[in-house]
Amino acid sequence: MSKRKSLTGGIFIGATALSAFLIIAVIIVLLVVIILGGKGTFSWEFLTAFPTDGMMKGGIFPAIYGTALLVLIMSVAAVPFGTITAIYLTEYASEKSILAQTIRFAVRTLATVPSIIFGLFGLGFFIKFVGGGMDNFFLGGELKWGQPNILWASLTMALLTLPVVIVSVEEAIRTVPRELREASLALGATKWETIKRIVLPGSRAGIMTGTILAVSRGAGEVAPILFTGAAYYLATLPTSLSDQFMNLGYHIYIMATQSANVDQTLPIQFATTMVLLMLTFMLNLTAVIIRARLRRKAK
Amino acid sequence: MKETKIKTKNLTLFYGAKMALNSISVDIPENEVTAFIGPSGCGKSTFLRTLNRMNDLIPGVKITGEVLVDSLNIYDKQIDVVNLRKKIGMVFQKSNPFAKSIFENVAYGPRINGITDRKKLEEIVERSLKNAFIWEEVKDRLHDSAMGLSGGQQQRMCIARTLAVEPEIILMDEPASALDPISTAKIEELIFELKKNYTIVIVTHNMQQAARVSDLTAFFYLGELIEFGKTKKIFTSPDKKQTEDYITGRFG
Repeated sequence: MSKRKSLTGGIFIGATALSAFLIIAVIIVLLVVIILGGKGTFSWEFLTAFPTDGMMKGGIFPAIYGTALLVLIMSVAAVPFGTITAIYLTEYASEKSILAQTIRFAVRTLATVPSIIFGLFGLGFFIKFVGGGMDNFFLGGELKWGQPNILWASLTMALLTLPVVIVSVEEAIRTVPRELREASLALGATKWETIKRIVLPGSRAGIMTGTILAVSRGAGEVAPILFTGAAYYLATLPTSLSDQFMNLGYHIYIMATQSANVDQTLPIQFATTMVLLMLTFMLNLTAVIIRARLRRKAK
Repeated sequence: MKETKIKTKNLTLFYGAKMALNSISVDIPENEVTAFIGPSGCGKSTFLRTLNRMNDLIPGVKITGEVLVDSLNIYDKQIDVVNLRKKIGMVFQKSNPFAKSIFENVAYGPRINGITDRKKLEEIVERSLKNAFIWEEVKDRLHDSAMGLSGGQQQRMCIARTLAVEPEIILMDEPASALDPISTAKIEELIFELKKNYTIVIVTHNMQQAARVSDLTAFFYLGELIEFGKTKKIFTSPDKKQTEDYITGRFG
């Protein structure tokens, strides 16, 4: 009996160790394959040059530039909006109010919506409804805003990353000690002055973490920009909000499915994947470090 | 007896369903030090916090009765609580400097009052730090972070920060309970100086401290005001048996 027990125990331990090992193995294999496949193509030139020869050769600069611009515009929209929402939820709404609970429910739901749905929403709402409406109203029906562009893509992405910002900023605001708020109020500051001068400066690290996590998520997602602004190939960089743009994730998808010769562009796919992975890894690492420091400070 | 600065009438406070203060009526005189003593949970800190409406921030608090400051009911709907708190400063149990420089900490109150003139701010900061007996220790590092000060220095800086708003009343919630004896002595000396210009109400756990610094003492027990009178009398010949038991250390 006891032998049997120790046997099942041993099997169980073995199974858990194997599962854990498998996860690590997957990551290692993934990284090794990508690096081996991409390292021959990866170079300074690859990062800074335009694609050439019908995208069979050359670099991925427009995709890097487009991704950077996308996450920048996305942040400009998502960070202030998310921060203000977090301030409302933590400072003004009472925990039990129906409005606060509804907002929390909405934020949680938003975080679980499949990203392609955001893409479709962006197409329907931003491009057809807002953009189309703007064209009809301001331009007498001439097509300018009612088609995919970097603005609509960024705003769509901002909706997707909003929950990340809200949750991070909320967490940071909660780490600002009650004693500091009381000190400020006792000196005759209003609630808003206290938020502006004490709470928000004390939450800087959290706002930063939220921004970085949102950027890292936004840099990697493709589905939301599929219909809303990403372009297959552009000979020039976007210069206006109504321009389309190239994007790293979308570029990988294009190269792997639409390129004239998928096998021949394989090294470019690997190298692009490498760039995207490095980018998101570095962003996440920075966020983890800032967040760890924030949590330590809270204790 | 000096003129009454703060007067409470049948002040009762509930946290949800729990009664924390039961019909407290006291007259706190101007330019004197009034101490609140009593065992933990007796309501003395809660009572102190009703005097500048700090309890407003806590959900579920219900207050009845009146608190009159200069004969005005501070719970009246007409009262601007922000202005009220400028008039009634508060020093907390745990020193709570902002993560800013010493200068910016002290200048915080004047700044939110709209003072932007650098000269004027410097003047206020210097005067406040001097009045809090800490100027000499910090005058060469005004722009260093206040977090670098010792606990006792932080607390005196927090008092300076309160003085910078030029209040008339200073509420102190166990201001020395986290400090070493030397820092405590400095704070007590400071309280003695401050009462010339301010009305001071201090909550303390330390009975010797109450006996040393205060002119009047109120003894609280289980949300009731048991006895209130001249400190000398409370500590030598209290009227109530409970007061005597507490002061002689038989409970609490």
